[in-house]
Order: sequence, then C-alpha cells, then structure tokens
Amino acid sequence: MALPLLFFAVFFAYPVLAIVGRGLKDGGQWQLGRIATVLGDPDVLHVLWFTIWQAAASTGLTLLIALPGAYVFARFDFPGKHLLRAVVTIPFVLPTVVVGSAFLALVGRGGVLDDLWGLRLDTSVWAILLAHVFFNYAVVVRTVGGLWSQLDPRQEEAARVLGAGRFAAWRRVTLPALGPAVAAAALMVFLFTFTSFGVVQILGGPAFSTLEVEIYRQTADFLDLPTAAVLTLLQFAAVLALLALHAWTVRRREATLKLVDAAGTARRPRGTGQWTLLWGTLAVIAVLLLLPLAVLIERSFAGPDGYGLDFYQALRSAASADSTFAVAPLEAVGNSLAYGAVATVIALTVGGLAAAALTLRWPRTASDDGSRTAGRLVRGFDALLMLPLGVSAVTVGFGFLITLDKPPLDLRSSWWLVPLAQALVGVPFVVRTMLPVLRAVDDRLREAAAVLGASPWRVWREVDLPLVRRALLIAAGFAFAVSLGEFGATVFIARPDAPTLPVAVARLLGRAGELNYGQAMALSTILMVVCAGALLVLERMRTDQSGEF
Amino acid sequence: MTTTSRIAATALAAALGMAMLTACGGSSGDGGGTDAKTVTLVSHDSFNVSQSVLEEFTRQTGYKVRELKGGDAGKAVNQAILSKANPQGDVFFGIDNILLSRGLKEDIFSPYKAKGLENVPQELQLDAAHKRVTPVDYGDVCVNYDRAYFTRHKIAPPKTFEDLIKPEYKNLLVTENSATSSPGLAFQLGTIAAYGEGKWQDYWKKLKANGVEVVDGWEQAYTERFSGTAAGKGKGDKPLVVSYASSPPSEVLDKKPRPEQAPTGVAAGTCFRQVEFAGLLKGAKNEKGGKALLDFLLSKKFQEDVPLKMFVNPARTDAKVPPLFTKYGEKIDKPWTVAPQDITDHREQWIKQWSSLVLK
Repeated sequence: MALPLLFFAVFFAYPVLAIVGRGLKDGGQWQLGRIATVLGDPDVLHVLWFTIWQAAASTGLTLLIALPGAYVFARFDFPGKHLLRAVVTIPFVLPTVVVGSAFLALVGRGGVLDDLWGLRLDTSVWAILLAHVFFNYAVVVRTVGGLWSQLDPRQEEAARVLGAGRFAAWRRVTLPALGPAVAAAALMVFLFTFTSFGVVQILGGPAFSTLEVEIYRQTADFLDLPTAAVLTLLQFAAVLALLALHAWTVRRREATLKLVDAAGTARRPRGTGQWTLLWGTLAVIAVLLLLPLAVLIERSFAGPDGYGLDFYQALRSAASADSTFAVAPLEAVGNSLAYGAVATVIALTVGGLAAAALTLRWPRTASDDGSRTAGRLVRGFDALLMLPLGVSAVTVGFGFLITLDKPPLDLRSSWWLVPLAQALVGVPFVVRTMLPVLRAVDDRLREAAAVLGASPWRVWREVDLPLVRRALLIAAGFAFAVSLGEFGATVFIARPDAPTLPVAVARLLGRAGELNYGQAMALSTILMVVCAGALLVLERMRTDQSGEF
Repeated sequence: MTTTSRIAATALAAALGMAMLTACGGSSGDGGGTDAKTVTLVSHDSFNVSQSVLEEFTRQTGYKVRELKGGDAGKAVNQAILSKANPQGDVFFGIDNILLSRGLKEDIFSPYKAKGLENVPQELQLDAAHKRVTPVDYGDVCVNYDRAYFTRHKIAPPKTFEDLIKPEYKNLLVTENSATSSPGLAFQLGTIAAYGEGKWQDYWKKLKANGVEVVDGWEQAYTERFSGTAAGKGKGDKPLVVSYASSPPSEVLDKKPRPEQAPTGVAAGTCFRQVEFAGLLKGAKNEKGGKALLDFLLSKKFQEDVPLKMFVNPARTDAKVPPLFTKYGEKIDKPWTVAPQDITDHREQWIKQWSSLVLK
C-alpha cells in the first residue's frame, strides 16, 4: 500500500494541489471568495450541466451497445475471436485528433453518409455520443467480458433445473455476479466521457463545451489560474460524488464468486437466437468500430496519384528540406513502444499492489470501530486511485511543471516523466480490472493455504495469481493501450527528439498540404497495427491450460 | 506453469523497453542534466530547423542545442511564465505579438541585442527600446480562396474585409473559433484593426448574417471544410477559409511537376501580421550559450532556412527567400496590426464579446 500511495502523492496529488493552490492563493492568503464568483457565473453552470448530461448519455449508450458484445466475447467461440478482441480495443488508443477526422469523414459534410443519404451529424450531440461509444466499447467488453467468461455457467444451469426461466436464471444468478464489473465499467466510461476533450472540440464544434475544455482554455490560453483552479475543484467534486455513488452501489454487491477457467465456458453458438446475437454484435462492431478505422486506412493509401504507398515512404525520410521532424516520423513507433513498455510495468506494479492492498481483509480490532475506520480508509484509497481519470491533463501537466523542477526531482525534461504520467492514467484501469476478480477469490482458499503453512507471499502466488492471471494480462493490455494513445499529458512533456505516435500525428495534422495529411493517416494506421499487435501478443500469452481450478 | 507466462510477459516487456532504450541511443538517462556545452531552446511545437543548420551552429560555437517543445504557442509561453523562477532552458523562441505583452509584463526575458538586428525592419522590432526580445520571423493570417471555384462561377475572389459581407460571397467563408485557435483570433484582431473598437462588432454581425461558418481549429477549417486544398480530396465545400499567406506555397510543395500558379490565392486586404520573437530567459543557466544562440537565430544561415521549415518569412531583409515562396506566395505590403499592449489589455474581453456575438 505504501508504494502506490507514495507514487500518487508525488506524481499526482502534489503537482495538482500546487497548481490549484497557486490559483487560489494571493500573497499567501487563500482567496476562497473566488470560488463563489466563478460558480455564480451562469455560463459555468451551463458547461457543468452539459458535461454531466453528455457523459451520462454516452455511458448509457455505451453500455446498451457494448454489453451484448461482452456476452458474445465471453460465452461464444468463433473463428478470429482473439483478433477481433484486439481490434475492438484499437479505437481506445487512437488519439482523439485522428478519431475526430475519421468521424468527420463518416458523418461530416461530404462524408460517407452524406454521399449516401445526405445525413450529416457533425456539430451535433449525436456525433459526440457515437464517438464516445466508439472509444469506450472496449472498456465494457474487456472489464465485463473478462469476468463473465470466468463465471461458472453451471450455476445458471442449476437455477434452470430448479425451475427458473431462462431470463429469471440470468437475472438472479448472472446479473448479480456481474454487477460490480458492470458498475466498474460504467464508472470508467463515465469518467472518460466526463473529461472528454478532443471529441467534443472536433465533433461538437464551438457550440459545445465541457469542463475539460474550459479548464484547458483558462489554463493554457488565458493563464487565468484562479478560474481554472475553481473549475478543477468543481471537476474534483463531481468525480468524488460519482466515486461515492459507485462505492455505495458496489459495496452491497461484491460477493465471493466461484470462478472457473475461461477456456471452458465459451462454446459455439447454438440455435437461431444465439446466432442472431452473434451476427448482430458483429454487425454493430463492423459499422460502429471498423468503418471509421477503414476510412482512415483508405485515406492513408490514397496517394496523390492513385492508391499506393507514397505516404508510408514519406514517413521514412527524416529531416529533408520540407519535413516537420528532426527525426523520421517512423521513429515515433520505437518511442511509443519503449514508453508503453515502461509505463505498463509501472502501472502493473503500482496498480497490482494497490489492488492487492484493497482486497486484504483488515485485521479486526477489539471494537468494531477499528474495522470500520479501516474500511473507510480502504474505500478512500480506492477512490484516490481513480482520481487521475477525472482530472484534466493540462492541470497535471502544468502541475508537473511547477513542482518537479528542483533536484532531486527535476524531471521536467527527463525521459522518465512520460511513462510516469502515462502510468498514472493506466493505474486506474489495472485496479478496476483486477479488483472484481481479486475480491471474488474465495477467502477460504487463502485460509486453507495459510493453515497448510504457506507464507503470505506464497499464498498470493499459489492461490491469487493463477486466478487473476487473466485479469492481470487484460490489465496489462489496457495499461499498454492507454500509454500508446495518451496524448494530453504527453504532448506537454514529450521531448521533441522523441515524439510518441499520437504527438507525431497531431504535428502532421497541424500542417497544410496533402503530404502531411496523408502521412498523419499513414501514421495513425501504423499506430493501429502496433496496438493490435501488442494486444494480440498479450492475448496469446494466456496459456490455455485448464484443470488448475 | 501459471507463473511462467506472467514472468515471460514481464521479461518481454522489460526486454522490449531495454532494447528500445538502447536503440533510441541517448533518449534515456539524464534528461535533466545540462553542461556548459549545451544550450537549451524552449519553443512551441511548430519550431523547426534543418539538422544541417543546427550542426553549423555547433561547429561555429561548440554548443549543442537541446530542444524542448511545449504545445502550441500560447501554452509554451504560459509554461515559461509559470516556471520563471526556475526556467526550463536558456532561450525561448515563439512568443508572438499577440502574447508579447504578457511575457514582458511577467518579466521572463533578459535584454540582449542580437547581432544582425540592424538588418531587421523597424516595424518588426516591437520592443526596440529594451531589446528584451528579438524578432526572428513573421507571417500573415489571411483569407485564402479556392481559385477553381471562383473561375468556375465567374466571380472575382474577395480582396478585403468589406468584400466578405457582400451578397456574392454569402455562405462561402469558414473561419476558426477565436477562443481556441490562433489564426481565428488573428483574423478577429485584423477586423478590430480595420474597423476600430467601436465598429468591429457591427462588422461581425453582418458577417454572421452573410453566413460565416465557425469551426474550432485550423486543421478542421482548412483540411475538412475548405474546397481548395488537395488534402481534403475535394470534400470541402467552402471556397474561402482563414489561413496563412504561406498556405498557397505549401499546396504546391508536394506537386510534381510544379503548376503555373498555386491552386489557392490570398485576399491581400484581410491580412493580420504575426511576428515571432526569441528572447534570453531570465535566470538562464547558460547565458553565454543563450546569447550565441540568439545571434544564430538572426544569422543569415538560420534565417534562410526558416521559410521552408516553418512556412513563415525571415525577419532579416537580406535573407534570401526560396522561389517557391516568391512564385506561389503573396507578399503582403499593408497588413493590419494591433499594438501588443492593446491586445494584452483587451484580449479576453474581445474574445468573450466575439463568442457571445458569433457563437450564440
């Protein structure tokens, strides 16, 4: 518990508090009157309302569309499943700049839908919501599907034998077991869309603004730190309220589950209903997730003189007379992988330790009071770990700038700052993916092992690890994907001689000319391939042994 | 074995990381450390220079240049202000006339007169009295038009702000949000310079009535909405866009063979001048190196490298501009300007007024 706490104190709490403090202090005096001034502004309230509204709508829509997908991935076996599972995660790592242009190509003026049916969705709320579903589909499929595939189907069968209808059995047996994972997924999607920045800016047009966009403008454009600080606190409050709500709904539900090996629970679909569900899900994935990606890929090959590899060849040339880079853009692939590998290790270490600390049964003291305080402490720690998802990247970036500027922590231009910042965003995913599974491990197994003389470390290794191995790999995939796609904080701290893929894409998009645009599309395609490859490798690492349980 | 896969995964990741670290030679390790032989240049993302030119600087002076970039111009300036107690580098490049007063007020620069300043025209030297900043380049934000569209429809392209509110240009212009985009703000400042504090809002009311469209950023306006750029594959439907005077040359940059004229043109009466400066950061660890770098930024070698690397004009009058610029670009003789102090004093208020007038 100490290591994660330290990590968060140094790389999150301290920088963020410093920047907020700078906005609210004037000559050493706290100016709390500023809070009232800002909150009294009707514009601010309007922005807050829109932020909450669109996040709630996006979350609902994502769950609606992605839960059947989670079921299909968990319970059905079909050819190409692993590949597809990696593919649906790709959107999650694409920089919003790229997704924005892909969606504009689809739903914007002169886009695919416009050509076919004259349908234009850009600068509408629908475009924002659809893009959010596109981004977060994988979050639901991975967190919920991960647990679903390990639930023992025989429990539901037993309920059926006892006379429950198919739906009743699902509602009484499976749904309660899935509750925590669904809540965790919903929480993550909500936090993500709550702090949405690029999507809202590009697809919504200037008419829509979220808190995140406002904070960015006040900080980066106007240097109005007081207003930015108040808005950051407002965001904090909203996120904390949300976390409290989440903790309250989940706490009543987390029960010990009987987990089985995932390999044994999936089978080929049977009967028309199941086949329809499978094909329906595949159709949704094709339209919503693959189509925008396909548009990007198509554009990356559509060279100045017909289809070809022109743009890809341009990526290899380094500092020619007219290139945007000191190094060949292709080198960004290596940078991204290196940052990603390190960030994943950091996130797994910190997140894994945190998740383990959160599942420990705290020793009960003589009075019940003690355990309740401990319980509260644990929940507080749990919430703390989620906060980075709900804090604007620009706040963290500027916070780094004013706090990590003195030895021994002068990290401002250090290579390590990038993976550290990325790990900060990755940790919540690791915790959220591992926690439902870890908590579901039957404590009696641990006790039995301890009785038989195993040390705590060995108990963890022999009992917990085999059961959570799968979750751990899913978490690793998430952390790696987050790191590959992270843009907000990275753009602040990445060194120009070592741009990551998203930073390089944004730079190319920021320049006029067909060649730059084409290279941006080509680089986005490479980013997709790299991400899919990494996720596939992780999928493959799961040894398919059953019978350990 | 269950643990082997996990160990294998970690080992693989670590090995990958290690391999990358060594492969990227020098990208790891002591990012923070600098020595007397390194000079650090802090800039925004668009700063760009040929490798050969940088090597020339190292050959002449013995200093190696380390670059730090911090997002767009506004963000980079604000970072420099926030970290002024402990600056990130020795020289800052990329503060423009829109942000200049804020930087000067926050006192982040030390005065220094760079070599070659006598070759920079007076109108670019906005801090001539104190020399805290040195002009390095300038560019203009202007309305670009799609030549093919206007030839096809037999309409003369617009030349001035006044033209843009005429009925024949109804629904043709796309511009950027002043609040989120620097060319958008520059365009608004141009109208403020042309119509004055009293009248600019009336002008925008007319522009809005004439169907101006506002999008958030330059990329979107130029690539997605403008009909004249090759990058948009002819998908855009707006033949007028707020962009730069140097955008036409960049349209022909990748074309082989080079056409007779650029596919796009510039409405010369709608241009707002942006000047970019560099300055020695106060508290620089390597002041001597910083001064040498400032001299170099104003040297002919660097100045002649500027146009094709950053698509702006060199500040020095005696620097040669490449033919691509002279042939396809437009030289703006009478750009609109607003005094830096005025911009700093009113910027936020102007943006707010603009937003409630145009976006609501």
